[in-house]
Amino acid sequence: MIASKVWLFFAMSAITSVTGRPAVAAEAGSVIATQGNGRGAVACKACHGEAGAGIPAVGFPRLAGMSKEYIVRQLDAFADGGRAHTMMSPVAKALSPDERAAVAAYFEAARAPATPGLAPVDEATLARGAVLARDGAWSKGLPACGQCHGPDGGGIAPAFPPLAGQSEKYLKAQLDAWRQGKRTGDPLQLMTVVASKLDDAEVAAVAAYYARLPPEAKGEER
Amino acid sequence: MTAAKRAHSILFAAVASLSVAGLAVAGAAWADPSGEQSAFTPPSGAEIPKGGFGEMVALGRDIFTDTSKHAGAFVGNDLNCSNCHLDKGRLAGAAPLWAAYVAYPAFRKKNQRVNTFEERLQGCFRYSMNGKAPPLGDTTLIALQAYAYWLAKGAPTGVDMNGRGYPAPKKPERLDLARGGEIYAQKCALCHGADGAGLKAADGSVAFPPLWGPRSYNWGAGMSVITNAAGFIKANMPLGLGGTLSDEDAWNVAAFVDSHERPQDPRFEGSVAETRKAHHDNPLDLYGTEIGGVTLGENSPPSGPQPK
Ligand code: HEC
Ligand code: HEC
Ligand code: HEC
Ligand code: HEC
Repeated sequence: MIASKVWLFFAMSAITSVTGRPAVAAEAGSVIATQGNGRGAVACKACHGEAGAGIPAVGFPRLAGMSKEYIVRQLDAFADGGRAHTMMSPVAKALSPDERAAVAAYFEAARAPATPGLAPVDEATLARGAVLARDGAWSKGLPACGQCHGPDGGGIAPAFPPLAGQSEKYLKAQLDAWRQGKRTGDPLQLMTVVASKLDDAEVAAVAAYYARLPPEAKGEER
Repeated sequence: MTAAKRAHSILFAAVASLSVAGLAVAGAAWADPSGEQSAFTPPSGAEIPKGGFGEMVALGRDIFTDTSKHAGAFVGNDLNCSNCHLDKGRLAGAAPLWAAYVAYPAFRKKNQRVNTFEERLQGCFRYSMNGKAPPLGDTTLIALQAYAYWLAKGAPTGVDMNGRGYPAPKKPERLDLARGGEIYAQKCALCHGADGAGLKAADGSVAFPPLWGPRSYNWGAGMSVITNAAGFIKANMPLGLGGTLSDEDAWNVAAFVDSHERPQDPRFEGSVAETRKAHHDNPLDLYGTEIGGVTLGENSPPSGPQPK
């Protein structure tokens, strides 16, 4: 494990020096995540956990294993207003583009175990969520979520984030944000259209379903 | 359904869909607003009966949705039948199996004779799947027939059902490959890749299928004719946004997709020019034509499954 961390460090510095960008090394990502950048961006750890597990019960999202590109896109969106959030927007605005890339690489490589202790949900709700996830609802033009988010909700890098093991509260909040026009800027408006086709019961069912799937076991344990 | 009626329902779907946040959201591209001859609804997956017949139906469905896993010996690319026949072969406007089943036996120009449904299925493996035809009577074909038969339960026979095939949108005067390339970069590359090779999920499974190159459909496949591709794309792509491209954009991007190299036509016998004359004599088929100084077909990867 130590070896792989060292390797990652070298790989990162190699990439940054080849592209000629100022060398913000992997180290910088971990410093921002655990201590903040000292210029207004508080430590991500406080709300997302050091390993990126999030705090599911209050809807602070899991970041572990998300693609770097997706994380950067979201930080950009929080900074320029495509996504607005009282806690996240100021944090994102305080990060430079290089810092966003560095902290994104840190969480892409992070791995966090599933959060235990989710309240049980009735079978019918889970079954309904599973059908939407695997088959979709083509009678209203809705593809299966899994076609874009991966067969088990593990995500399809770089553009399609994982849903498996994500906070239920967060999943619901995002789907509702799209339905209400509060989250925008998704590529081709794919999610805007998907969310517009879901009713309240379907949002609840699919959020309950994905929150209880095991998160992808990839990346590095911290 | 007449062409005029088709056009009307597509137009209607486009207008009706402008409601959500100003976005064109087409639902099922084939919802027929007149309700006069509403599309047939096949039985739901949960209704597959128990017993021997039901098992055959379920196997057919699995072959259809995960073709290399369940019929690997006959497949030479990264596609599944359901990549082009959406919702497991159920979706109107995406050449659904229930509408096909009741239309055979039928005369086909492709081989100049009356084909049974089973023979039609053989062609899908040889061309769309760039594989080889399972022999008549093979379990693969029996299972697919059982599945299609079951989906068509209650459908009238011998009629051209509403929702069959890929309804071709209105063709513009001329096709513009450069414009097609721009649309591709804006609306397709996110999933199918800038190089058309598709995208894999972390576990190595194909998430977004390849549109050209050695792992896609070959030059004998229906989708390599621009008319079919335009119809498919207009009704179904980008995924989840079916019906949102203009007719012109659908044609141009279809032409762009079909202007790239793909596995050779399995009927090729050594001369691209001869093969074009015999099987591709159609201005909406670019095989054997010159694009950017290269003749399509001259540098095709070989057809059929390749040794790994
Ligand atoms: C004070 C708590 C807090 C802190 C500190 C914080 N975040 Fe967040 N973050 C949130 C909340 C809450 C959300 C969900 C926002 C929403 O609902 O739209 C979020 C969302 C995100 C998202 C979007 C995730 C997704 O799945 O789309 C990213 C990326 C992110 N944060 C990165 C960071 C990074 C990097 C840091 C450290 C530099 C950080 N956050 C610090 C609370 C915080
Ligand atoms: C056609 C492709 C597509 C389909 C189908 C799809 N999604 Fe998405 N989804 C996306 C994209 C792209 C994003 C990233 C949006 C962005 O970058 O802002 C996304 C993001 C999300 C997010 C936000 C995740 C996060 O971490 O913030 C949720 C929640 C979500 N999708 C749920 C679903 C559900 C539930 C379904 C099925 C009902 C579904 N999606 C179907 C393309 C799709
Ligand atoms: C690359 C896309 C593609 C794939 C993959 C594909 N098909 Fe097709 N299929 C088409 C097209 C295009 C047509 C219409 C062709 C034509 O009219 O020449 C078609 C037609 C058919 C028809 C006849 C439809 C009708 O109404 O007459 C059947 C049945 C069929 N396909 C079954 C299958 C099966 C089974 C598989 C998998 C073994 C398969 N297809 C794979 C594109 C595809
Ligand atoms: C959000 C992802 C996404 C976008 C964007 C997208 N597609 Fe697709 N496409 C898919 C998926 C997934 C399938 C397979 C459908 C299935 O299995 O249900 C597919 C299938 C296809 C196929 C038939 C299968 C094959 O490999 O030949 C063609 C042709 C196609 N798409 C063309 C396009 C074109 C042209 C565009 C842009 C106008 C486009 N797609 C945009 C996801 C996408």
